[in-house]
Amino acid sequence: MSQEPILVTQGLTRRFGGLVAVSDVGFDVLPGEIHAILGPNGAGKSTLINLLSGEIPPSEGEVLFHGKPIQGKSVRQIARMGIGRSHQKTNIFPRLNCLQNCELAARIHMGGVFGSWRSRQRARQVGERALEVLETCHLVHRAYTPAADMSYGEQRQLQIAMVLATAPTLMLLDEPMAGMGREETVQVTELLESLTDRYTLVLIEHDMDSVFRLADRITVMVDGCVLESGPTEQIRASEKVRDVYLGRHHEEATA
Amino acid sequence: MDLAFFGVQLLNGLQYGLLLFLIASGLTLIFGIMGIINLAHGAMYMIGAYLVWDLTMRLGNFWLAIVIAIPIAVALGLVIERLFLDTLYKRDHLYQVLLTFGLILVINEAQRIIWGGDVHSVAIPAPFDASLQLTDNLQYSVYRLFVMGVCLALAGVIYWVIRHTRLGIIIRAGAVNRDMVEGLGINVRTLFTLIFSVGVALTAFAGMIAAPLTSITPGMGDSILITCFVVVVIGGIGSIKGAFWGAILIGMAETFGSVLIPSIASMVIYLIMAAVLLVKPRGLFA
Amino acid sequence: MLHRYPKRVAIIMLVLLATVATFPLWGPAVFGSQSDFMLEKLTLMVILALFAMSLDLLVGIVGLVSLGHALFFGLGAYTLALASPEFDAASMWWMLPLVMLVAAVAALVVGLLVIRTKGIFFIMTTLAFGQMLYYLISTAPFAGGTDGVFIMFRPTLTAGETMLLDLDNPQSFFYFCLAMLVVGFLFLRWLTRSYFGQVLDGIHDNEHRMQALGYATNGYKLVAFVIAGVLAAIAGMLAAMQYGFANPAQLGWHTSGEVLMMLILGGMGTIFGPILGAFAYEILLYTYEHLTVHWPILMGLTIIAAVLVLPRGIAGVITDPPWRRKATSAEEEETPDDRRPRRGPLPRARRVKP
Repeated sequence: MSQEPILVTQGLTRRFGGLVAVSDVGFDVLPGEIHAILGPNGAGKSTLINLLSGEIPPSEGEVLFHGKPIQGKSVRQIARMGIGRSHQKTNIFPRLNCLQNCELAARIHMGGVFGSWRSRQRARQVGERALEVLETCHLVHRAYTPAADMSYGEQRQLQIAMVLATAPTLMLLDEPMAGMGREETVQVTELLESLTDRYTLVLIEHDMDSVFRLADRITVMVDGCVLESGPTEQIRASEKVRDVYLGRHHEEATA
Repeated sequence: MDLAFFGVQLLNGLQYGLLLFLIASGLTLIFGIMGIINLAHGAMYMIGAYLVWDLTMRLGNFWLAIVIAIPIAVALGLVIERLFLDTLYKRDHLYQVLLTFGLILVINEAQRIIWGGDVHSVAIPAPFDASLQLTDNLQYSVYRLFVMGVCLALAGVIYWVIRHTRLGIIIRAGAVNRDMVEGLGINVRTLFTLIFSVGVALTAFAGMIAAPLTSITPGMGDSILITCFVVVVIGGIGSIKGAFWGAILIGMAETFGSVLIPSIASMVIYLIMAAVLLVKPRGLFA
Repeated sequence: MLHRYPKRVAIIMLVLLATVATFPLWGPAVFGSQSDFMLEKLTLMVILALFAMSLDLLVGIVGLVSLGHALFFGLGAYTLALASPEFDAASMWWMLPLVMLVAAVAALVVGLLVIRTKGIFFIMTTLAFGQMLYYLISTAPFAGGTDGVFIMFRPTLTAGETMLLDLDNPQSFFYFCLAMLVVGFLFLRWLTRSYFGQVLDGIHDNEHRMQALGYATNGYKLVAFVIAGVLAAIAGMLAAMQYGFANPAQLGWHTSGEVLMMLILGGMGTIFGPILGAFAYEILLYTYEHLTVHWPILMGLTIIAAVLVLPRGIAGVITDPPWRRKATSAEEEETPDDRRPRRGPLPRARRVKP
């Protein structure tokens, strides 16, 4: 892949008081790839993704999206530049139904509320877009179910659908499979796989099987630093990664 | 305005500001640690003033009255905390506002039933019932200086507790992140009771020592409450340091405002608040 | 889209409307010589219902707890009082737009400052700005100080030379206020069910998420703040017409507190609840005042009881009657994590499109 990366970070550092959560991370995302961030708890993965989505400002370094720095922009401005993200905690609007959740996400990127008010056509486009993403996420049968009444797995899927509805050029997904059962995990993995041809994804995930199956490239973080970054095969074969992360992971699993 | 007059106003502003600090620090502590917005805080100030007036009348001694009044005020605060606020900790601010507003109605009316609607005053107690001759025609009340000294001493104690004790660490942590307090393995229930008692004691005490300086009227708590809200908003919620500097600023502003620009004096503090909000929506020390 | 209520809500509201609207027919029979006085009371309830409803848009729908809403109520009253010619009646045709415009500008200015604050900060700043206007008005030489301003002539509603509705007649004025309430209710109902209402709901549920989706939430909150302010000012204007004066007390924070009480009594986030709340509050007030001069104690205890026992108000009882509630939902209500006010009724039957 010789394309220009759509997102680049340079020397990205974030300190909380005396604690360095993310230290000098250089990292890039190529268009169309799934880039997974792997690392043990406390490695700074969530902080990194919060830096990428502009939810917290870096102490040092910068994030370039399509060559433009995102620094100083508000969360919503960054969202409207095309960075969509899902949160680790399920973050849907429980009193709206599934379709309305997606419409809410789609509307702001298709001319906003006031546009939909003025024009029936706009309102229809929004509805179509919402239905389309529900289809992608296999949730059409739930369109009119209040989000609060859906299963946990479905809610997570809905969250991905909402990110899709905002038509992002880059999706940041924070542990989309967290807390899911085996079956649901497979389902979401398949869903993410089906997105690969259309979207660029940055993925934080604990589930190793899914990561190795999905990711084109993997960045492994330990204690806020990048341990190794490269194509999936390279990471799979890496001694360093095996020692530090997989080894630890293995110990945890057997302990 | 000559220098001596300016100096007197400066002292007045400082004295008023320090008094405000006592009340505002309780307000900001109760919010910072307990997450409660307590509208009845001002009513406790009023109760303090009325208690000391009543007891001074009965006992004939202001100092004795204060000594007896403080435990009464704290006991009242504890009853309120246990009976009502206990149910509010985890609930939305709206319910806290409504319940404490209901408390204001009850307390204000109880005050009317017990002490009536008249305006009262307390004589400045010995040995501070003297004046300091500043210039030929300017004097300054020794009692005001005494009040300043007491307030400064209390501020010093608060500062020391927050800087150098375990309780202080908890308070500082709580102001930043309230959930953290629960994570520190502290008996939250006891902590809340302690904080609330201290807050009530501070504001009631402020009412007591202010009693000889102001007229004691029904509803005196309401206006001081709103002034203290302005103080807390300017300083930043949960910040004792913010409450201190906010109180001094507002004390000065209101004192000098009423001397220099009496026509809009009552607006000055709100204009300052608006200016602060424009620049720092979370307050100066947040 | 949202806020679909059980049918009984519509039935109750329509019955209430019919009862209130026909008061001039049955009032004299029931209240005899007291009837005129009761009509005045009823008119006031209708006006306060509009006021309470406007606050519900902020508190119940967006989740912004304002303790300074009386600012706009009083502003409406004073705009009418100060803009009315001294020896002549103003025309409603320009008075109403003027009141709305003044309130909108004021709400925009105040809103720009307070909307950036959150939670408890919002409560304190709205309270403070309310008090700021209170002091401005009660010390301003042109506004009559603490006495307020008397309104010698009510505005007239004419078309050319013919009088459409004689607002000096208590009965016609009552119907005028009732019409305003109905229009206000339909407007707010439409608004909360629109896309805009959906966004407000989203902000109430999770403002951060709305921002992450790309919504400029402060802008939406500001629009809601302005709309609420304008509606409150209309109510204030009507109140001033009813009383015949504008008074600083109408601006004071006790008025803001009272209207919040109406919200909790009626049930917030429902738009129709505050109407019931305003009626309930006024009836309670009337009763308590007759019982004792120390009625504030009773009122204070009532509010405390409402917060503790009936946080969803009368509307909650109507939409989700306790005797129908399942054990599970009762448990859910006591979840300690439930920090935000539970929005009145959760719509049960959702619109299902093919």
